[in-house]
Formats: sequence, C-alpha cells, structure tokens
Amino acid sequence: MSAVFNRVKEIIVEQLGVEPEEVKLEASFVDDLGADSLDIVELIMALEEEFDLQIPDEDAEKIRKVGEVIKYIEERK
Amino acid sequence: MELEGRVAIVTGSSRGIGRAIAIELSRRGAAIAVNYAGNAAAAQETAAVITAAGGRALAVRADVADQEQVEAMMKQILNEYGRLDILVNNAGITRDNLLPRLRESDWDAVLNVNLKGAYNCAKAVMRPMLKARWGRIINISSVVGLTGNAGQANYAAAKAGLIGFTKSLARELGSRSITVNAVAPGYIMTDMTDGLAEETKSKMLAGVPLNRFGKPEEIASAVAFLAGEGAGYITGQVIVVDGGMTM
Ligand SMILES: NC(=O)c1ccc[n+]([C@@H]2O[C@H](COP(=O)([O-])OP(=O)(O)OC[C@H]3O[C@@H](n4cnc5c(N)ncnc54)[C@H](OP(=O)(O)O)[C@@H]3O)[C@@H](O)[C@H]2O)c1
Repeated sequence: MSAVFNRVKEIIVEQLGVEPEEVKLEASFVDDLGADSLDIVELIMALEEEFDLQIPDEDAEKIRKVGEVIKYIEERK
Repeated sequence: MELEGRVAIVTGSSRGIGRAIAIELSRRGAAIAVNYAGNAAAAQETAAVITAAGGRALAVRADVADQEQVEAMMKQILNEYGRLDILVNNAGITRDNLLPRLRESDWDAVLNVNLKGAYNCAKAVMRPMLKARWGRIINISSVVGLTGNAGQANYAAAKAGLIGFTKSLARELGSRSITVNAVAPGYIMTDMTDGLAEETKSKMLAGVPLNRFGKPEEIASAVAFLAGEGAGYITGQVIVVDGGMTM
C-alpha cells in the first residue's frame, strides 16, 4: 500500500470514526462509511491540510470512493 | 468560571454593546479578541478594562466586510490563543434614509458590514470549531429585523438576513455541537442611538413596557448565557432583549 493511502486512511478513520479495515479502495464514503455531507466537507478540509492542497468544489463533488481520493492526491503530488 | 479555557472573538467590541459583551465573556473566564474597524484607542480601552480585571484580551483590527482581513485576523487570534470557541457577530453600522433617498452606497455598506461581515467571520471560524466539535456563534440582530422600520430598509434587511443565516447555520452545524443563535436588541443606549432626535426617542419609549431604554450590559448577559454550557440545547433561536417592545 502507498504512503498516501496510509495517510488518507488515518484521516478517514479519525474523521468518520470507522475501523481501519473498513477503509478499502472501493469503499464509498456515503454508502459504506456512513459519511453525511458535513463529514465530506470536513474530510476535504482535513485532506487539504494534510497534503497542502486546494481541492476545488468541482473536484470534491466527483470524489465518492476512497480510491478516487488516493488517485486524486497522487496525481497532484 | 464557566467559560474558563474558551476563546471568544467579539466583532466591533471597541465600543457600545460589543464592548459590554467582551467584558462579560471575560468576566466568565474566556480569553477575548477585541475586534474593531478603525478606533484603535477605544479597542485598547476595552482590552485594558479586561486585563485590569485579570482577564486576557487582544485587540485585533479588521474590517469585517473584507474577507482577507477577517481571515488574517482569525489567524492572528489562533496564533495567540491556539483555539477559537465563541464568535459574536456584533459589528454593525446604520445609514438611515427613506427608500427614495437611500443611496446604493448606503445599501451596500450596511449589507456588507452587518450581513456579509457575519458570513466572513463565521466562515473563517469553521475550521477550528468543526475540529473541536464545539462552538458558539451568536449573531447580534435587531428587533428592526423582525418588525421593519421606516427609514431603515437596508438595516432591517441585513438584520432579518442575519436571522435566516442563524437558522441555516444552526441546521448545518448542530451535529457538531456548534450552536448558532441570534440576539435581537431593542433600543439600547450606545453611540449608535445617541444621535437620534429627542422626539424619536420619546416616541419609541412609549412603546416599551419596561419604560426605559436598555443598557449594553443587558445584551451582554443574554449573549453570555448563550455562550455557556448551560445553553447547549438552544440553537437556531432569536432572543429578543427589548424591554417588551415587541411581543
Ligand atoms: N444600540 C442599539 O439600540 C441597537 C439595537 C439593535 C441592534 N444593535 C446592534 O448591536 C450591534 C452593536 O451596536 P452598538 O450600538 O454597540 O454600535 P456602536 O456603538 O456604533 O459600535 C459599533 C461597533 O462596531 C464596530 N464596527 C463598525 N463597522 C465595523 C467593521 N466594518 N468592521 C469591524 N468592526 C466594525 C465599531 O468599531 P470602531 O470603534 O473601530 O468604529 C464599534 O466597535 C450592531 O450590530 C447593532 O446593529 C444595536
């Protein structure tokens, strides 16, 4: 697993209060990890801080699964 | 003390109601950021009153209507105090006139300070409050926002707007134990009301069951109540403090 994945996983576990083993690449934030809209906003804020990124709304809306976040961040690192 | 360990920013607390709020929150234990727009001497005076009584205060300049200035100010406060728990959106101005004579610049100025200012400040405190999963946002509206007032279409629109803003934020943030309420003062004796004509004053007084105008401290105690732990189940409300003028 990539370093990015591990850092993202830690943030997701902390933000959403889920178990680490639930954070799989194909897991959907809303359907599998129980995130509501404010959770997603907070998650984006935390990722922006952790990876020193600006994630515009258009991009944030497209990110639905854990794997998509990893891909998004890796493409911009 | 009830607010021990908490940090509060009170916008427009160099004078008037804001100053009374800053002093009262400090008396209950919070460290205070005293925001002002231009009157540095008055802000220093508020800060001096607080520190003389053993509290912590930091005077911070920012025009609340300016998002960049607000963000820089919140950063400064976080650097100094390390947290931000309570936001009181109190900064406000009036530019009164009947609509045919109400200039666009008067409309914009009042909406920008009284309403957009609250948006700028609330937005800038989201990060620390969401992270802490605790927060208090208290918006100073006005009875005029509930009843309307001839000659104050701009001010009434801004103050009514603050109430819609309050209720929406209360819904957005409730799940994070951040409460958002409004306090709507009636006629309070400050610089803002000092300039009104005697005739207007006596007319207004006739409509106040308690038969006197309010003191800034009487708004401050309502705000301090909402800021406290004891008000943790109150959100999205408008508390009217007006001597019974509107009921
Ligand atoms: N007095 C009343 O009867 C009454 C009734 C209902 C509601 N209210 C509301 O209560 C609040 C306080 O009123 P007040 O009577 O205490 O007013 P005030 O005595 O005129 O004081 C206004 C305060 O707001 C600050 N301020 C003005 N524009 C600002 C800006 N752009 N950015 C940051 N700070 C700014 C001023 O700072 P500087 O000192 O630097 O100028 C001052 O500290 C206002 O929102 C007002 O609408 C008052």
